[in-house]
Amino acid sequence: MATYAAPIPQVSAHKVDREQRGFISWLTTTDHKKIGIMYMVTTFIFFIMGGTEALMMRLQLGEPENTLIAPRVYNELFTMHGTTMIFLFVVPMMAGLANYFLPLMIGARDMAFPRLNALSYWLLLAGGLVFYASIFWGPPEAGWVSYPPLSEIAFSPSGGQDAWIFLIHLTGISSILGAMNFYATIANMRCRGMSWGRLPLFVWTILVYSVLIIFAMPVIAGAVTMLLTDRHFGTHFFDPAMGGSALLWQNLFWFFGHPEVYIMVLPGFGIVSEILPVFAKKPIFGYKAIAASSVAIAFLGFLVWAHHMFTTPTPIVVLIFVMLSSFLIAVPTGVKIFNWIGTLWEGSIEFKTPLLFSAGFIALFLIGGISGVFLAVFPVDWQLNESYFVVAHIHFVLMGGAVFTIFAAIYYWFPKITGRMLNETLGKASFWVMFWGFLATFLIQHVIGLDGMPRRVYEYANVGNLGLYNLISTVGAFILGFGILLTIINVARSVKHGAIAGPDPWKANTLEWFTTSPPPVNNFDVIPRVRSAEPLKDYRLEIEKATAPRVPVPAGSGADSESGHLGA
Amino acid sequence: MALIASPAALAVAILLAFAPSAFGFFTPQSGGSPNADSIDTLYKIVLYIALFVFVVVEGALGYALYKFRARRGRVAKQTHGNTRLEIAWTGAAVAIVVVLAVITFIKLGSIINPVNSDPSGAKLVGQTGVFFASAEKRLPPDHKALEIEVIGKQFVWQYVYPGAINKDGLGAPYTYEQMVVPTHTTVLLKAISEDVVHSWWIPELGGKIQVIPGRPNYTWFKIDKPGIYRGQCANICGRGHARMIASVRAIPPAQFEAWLARQKRWLAEANAEAAKMRANLESKKGPASVLNP
Ligand code: HEM
Ligand SMILES: [Cu+2]
Ligand SMILES: [Cu+2]
Repeated sequence: MATYAAPIPQVSAHKVDREQRGFISWLTTTDHKKIGIMYMVTTFIFFIMGGTEALMMRLQLGEPENTLIAPRVYNELFTMHGTTMIFLFVVPMMAGLANYFLPLMIGARDMAFPRLNALSYWLLLAGGLVFYASIFWGPPEAGWVSYPPLSEIAFSPSGGQDAWIFLIHLTGISSILGAMNFYATIANMRCRGMSWGRLPLFVWTILVYSVLIIFAMPVIAGAVTMLLTDRHFGTHFFDPAMGGSALLWQNLFWFFGHPEVYIMVLPGFGIVSEILPVFAKKPIFGYKAIAASSVAIAFLGFLVWAHHMFTTPTPIVVLIFVMLSSFLIAVPTGVKIFNWIGTLWEGSIEFKTPLLFSAGFIALFLIGGISGVFLAVFPVDWQLNESYFVVAHIHFVLMGGAVFTIFAAIYYWFPKITGRMLNETLGKASFWVMFWGFLATFLIQHVIGLDGMPRRVYEYANVGNLGLYNLISTVGAFILGFGILLTIINVARSVKHGAIAGPDPWKANTLEWFTTSPPPVNNFDVIPRVRSAEPLKDYRLEIEKATAPRVPVPAGSGADSESGHLGA
Repeated sequence: MALIASPAALAVAILLAFAPSAFGFFTPQSGGSPNADSIDTLYKIVLYIALFVFVVVEGALGYALYKFRARRGRVAKQTHGNTRLEIAWTGAAVAIVVVLAVITFIKLGSIINPVNSDPSGAKLVGQTGVFFASAEKRLPPDHKALEIEVIGKQFVWQYVYPGAINKDGLGAPYTYEQMVVPTHTTVLLKAISEDVVHSWWIPELGGKIQVIPGRPNYTWFKIDKPGIYRGQCANICGRGHARMIASVRAIPPAQFEAWLARQKRWLAEANAEAAKMRANLESKKGPASVLNP
């Protein structure tokens, strides 16, 4: 190799802004990490609000013919709860995690459009505030699906319904801008050597999440705009008496609504695909199949919306088509589950809290997937639709699915964000309490639905064992709530008092662990060459080879202690 | 750690505890009408397949978590995948959904196609033309059924029977909340909403149908056991949704005929009474009687 003169830095700055500190720094930031933290904190606060609404509903349902909560308030509660959990918690929480970790994982120094990124966050917050402001004059009551004519002005005169519409608009624009940003970042800002086949699987799922948002969100934005003009400007899109169609809304809503389900769970699939290999000390099993099945799910996800409309007057051939496409979507989902189990197989599994939540996710999500197949068989759905069976199904996929992965992510990435570890004992306790509390709350709801109890009712007669079953569910909900509280306490304590984490406490595989915890503003001073999907493991191996000869230790096994010294 | 994440074990335990005493615990309600029974059978077949998948997959997960937990000297095997295995399990998943589809197709006919009435019911619906179902929806093979119109409105169900007494087609007998039907007779329901979306659901008599404004929706049932079958509106329709209950009272055909005749007579009497009062009012001239009839 020829010798050459050491390069001299050519950058000269004319003016360097002083670093902002304190409150102002948060208001004005365009740093993806700060924006990510704001996303995560904001959405978690909404999660607590949505959870409180849920517990109030469960309190009302704890005994038959309870009169604790008025019918109107109950309707407001399930509408606020469902809307909050979906639009203000799960979807933007995934955006928050992606904001923080996507640039780090692909070795970028920020998102492609940092200011647009800040705008996404502020629009989200605006949507949440507009929506929750409605509690001062009357929240919406028509459910998170807001079917007209019930959501039309004749039946829902309260401005709460309009607040709901503006929430969809604001969070929708926020999501679309965020999705464009993620897409541009992934497409253009990967570091050297990070080809598509080496992209971390979480990044793959965020890519698919973004594409789904870009295709699905404009549809619901259009639909709620039509609802808005119906309500206030004299149009009749959804009013059959004037030539409109009530069914049109259901088609538009679910054309968005089903992909929305995958928008919520796919990033969780990505999180689990990151965590399992780290704690099983094995490469992910079938990288290509996992990435490809995400893409397949995204495509099929646009063909199945009418499975939410099996009881509408629709020709049988259409129902059959939708049933078959819904069956088909179970296949790539099943493939993922097999691949995760394959990842654990013959590994050396360390039961740290992130692994527990990931394994719990697989166990619970499987149940949600299986109940989903029941619902896809349309004659069977005719019995189960709009009953508590569906409530159970929703929560198995969204709570057992998405939320458990979010908790896994919290335990896994908290050390990177704060530089401190969460307490393991408290974390494990939180997991087990949540796990059993969840099962107690939602398993029995399948039976409640089979026994004929419809969803969205504020009271029920005590026929059969309905009183007992609902009591079990209510007690379970409070156990579940307590489990969540344990994690909140854990986070609050560990921010200040947790053990120092170091750059790579888990001996993980992806680039975010290459930098310090928390990472500096520019993320990386140097970025290692990426030669596989597990750049950090390669790096560890290299160092191992370079250091003094000793007894060879297999890659990734717990005996290796060198990686503690890694980092920029 | 032996107890780890083993909902499979839990579920099996629950199954064993409940299976003998109440299989209904796990299945939808049925027993009122053949379509409800067919759905129940289809559901059970899906349930068996689902249980098999559940036990196998949760079992594999639990086994992996237990067997491959980190222990002294354990070394993780650095495999990246196994194409043959992956193709195999994708194939297995496809095979399962194909089986499900085939079974659904086999059962479908008995759920969506109305059956013929029994002789006693057929006699009833065969006697007078008005009992023939008229529209283009699914009919029983003999084309004879009793058609009842179900009208959903906030927050009550109304049922309109065939047999308008006026020439203009009005004045048909109707009831609220409780529908009275003959046993052994195929009943077709045509459901329509007057305001918001509702959903008609009597679990023991089959699946539900959305009741929406502007688009009629149809279902059917045939009850053999006299009795009262209960249900309620299943689609959120406003603050009174939970109280929008419905019931179907099935009585023998002869009794039903008498009941319907009585309804018609009462309706005719009430109409005659009203006509008399109207005539009376119209005969008295003066603003008071017009403004405040
Ligand atoms: C803290 C645990 C939770 C409990 C105890 C809970 C409880 C409930 C209850 C009681 C209902 C109303 C059922 C009805 O009357 O029909 C409900 C509805 C719903 N929940 Fe949850 N929930 C929880 C968490 C979640 C999460 C995490 C999500 C989503 C990510 C979620 C999504 C929904 C949705 C979409 C609905 C339907 C709302 C509607 O009917 O419009 N829930 N939940
Ligand atoms: Cu769907
Ligand atoms: Cu209703």
